[in-house]
Amino acid sequence: MPVVRLVAFARLRELFGERREIALPEGAKVGDLWDTLLREEPHASALARGLRFARNGALCGAETALCEGDEISLLPPFGGG
Amino acid sequence: MTLAGSRDLRRYSRHLLIPEIGLAGQERLASSRALVIGAGGLGAPVLAYLAAAGVGRIGVLDDDSVDESNLQRQILFEHADIGRPKATVAAERLQALNPQITIDALQVRFDASNARDLVRLYDVVIDCSDRFTTRYCASDACSLEKKIEIFAAIFRFDGQVTRFDPDGPCYRCLFPYAPEPGSVPTCAEGGVLGVLPGIVGAWQASEALKALLQIGEPLRGRLLLVDALAARTREVRFARDPDCIRCGDRPTLFDPVDAHDDESTASIAGIAEVAPEELDAALRDALLLDVREPHEAVLGVIPGAVHIPASQLEARMHELDSAKRYIVACRVGVRSRWAIARLRDAGFQRVAHLEGGLLRYAALDAGFEFF
Repeated sequence: MPVVRLVAFARLRELFGERREIALPEGAKVGDLWDTLLREEPHASALARGLRFARNGALCGAETALCEGDEISLLPPFGGG
Repeated sequence: MTLAGSRDLRRYSRHLLIPEIGLAGQERLASSRALVIGAGGLGAPVLAYLAAAGVGRIGVLDDDSVDESNLQRQILFEHADIGRPKATVAAERLQALNPQITIDALQVRFDASNARDLVRLYDVVIDCSDRFTTRYCASDACSLEKKIEIFAAIFRFDGQVTRFDPDGPCYRCLFPYAPEPGSVPTCAEGGVLGVLPGIVGAWQASEALKALLQIGEPLRGRLLLVDALAARTREVRFARDPDCIRCGDRPTLFDPVDAHDDESTASIAGIAEVAPEELDAALRDALLLDVREPHEAVLGVIPGAVHIPASQLEARMHELDSAKRYIVACRVGVRSRWAIARLRDAGFQRVAHLEGGLLRYAALDAGFEFF
């Protein structure tokens, strides 16, 4: 059960909190973490299309495997200017 | 242009004292050209600092006019400027700040038809726009014209800043897919801390000056994330994406694209639009469904409206009656589109959309207090 720390920005921080730890099943990937979060807040699915992930400070894909202690960032694109 | 011996050298004495700039650097700035796309929250500090720094030619591009609600953060403008074109007003202010430089006031919309021609005239492009279509178009044009782009975007207390280079990465490497229309608010929709674009725009100006001076470590392949509420910055590394349609190994995009996902005008197939002028008549046999968040009530409410915030819509769908006709409204017509898509998924057939949101409706009727 790897435990990862979630870091979310902008609207996703408002939905999922500042910095929280989440336990996931062995072999879980970044995309599985997102699916877990969506079960908490189904309407966040509207943000899925533009969303990117980062693992330990580097952009990564949804297929990236999660390791114990990873810091996973949820990066939505911002609209304002 | 040469500055040596000029009486204007005194203006730049604090730059001349820095070894990394000096007279050679200051002359380099004087012969440099910068295009700033958008003279809004980010554009104001970027423009002011580039003009003050002595960048020889600055393009101010904005097709909008000054609105009273801009003055909370767009510090180039004054109360008396309300209603005047932003490009014109900004050009006046910058010229007054530094009479030695040239300002191009460009009162046009930046789009695929003019993007490459505009970008070609400048050495560096600073994206201070507030639309995803403009952001993709600017990045495409810079990539195609081999220009450096300094990018930023903001939301409430948060900012993103980075630099895109001609050989990548570009905006499409970072965000290959534009968000679903309506899912990401602009400042007009979601609000913004007034000083936030000042912080983030100052970062952009710094990166633009560094790029022109060719000094320091560029903010390249690093997305700087500014969280003003926590007073914290973070960095996310990213690289050119070999699969990027613009700067990847096998690019397929050779013209700037601005046509997709227009977050303010995209229409939803088969959904009736109700013009603000028609709303009063339409409400005789329909209910207004207001999907704004509870804290927005202070900005004005329509009596008799059903109020379910967009963030609670899916959980509270059962409170609505699919046999009734609803006209869905929010502040500017972005969240309401998202809400209509959810209502349609849930089987609601009789839904219509208030075009332009409550803000457009309020503009018609002096009796409806709305901000």
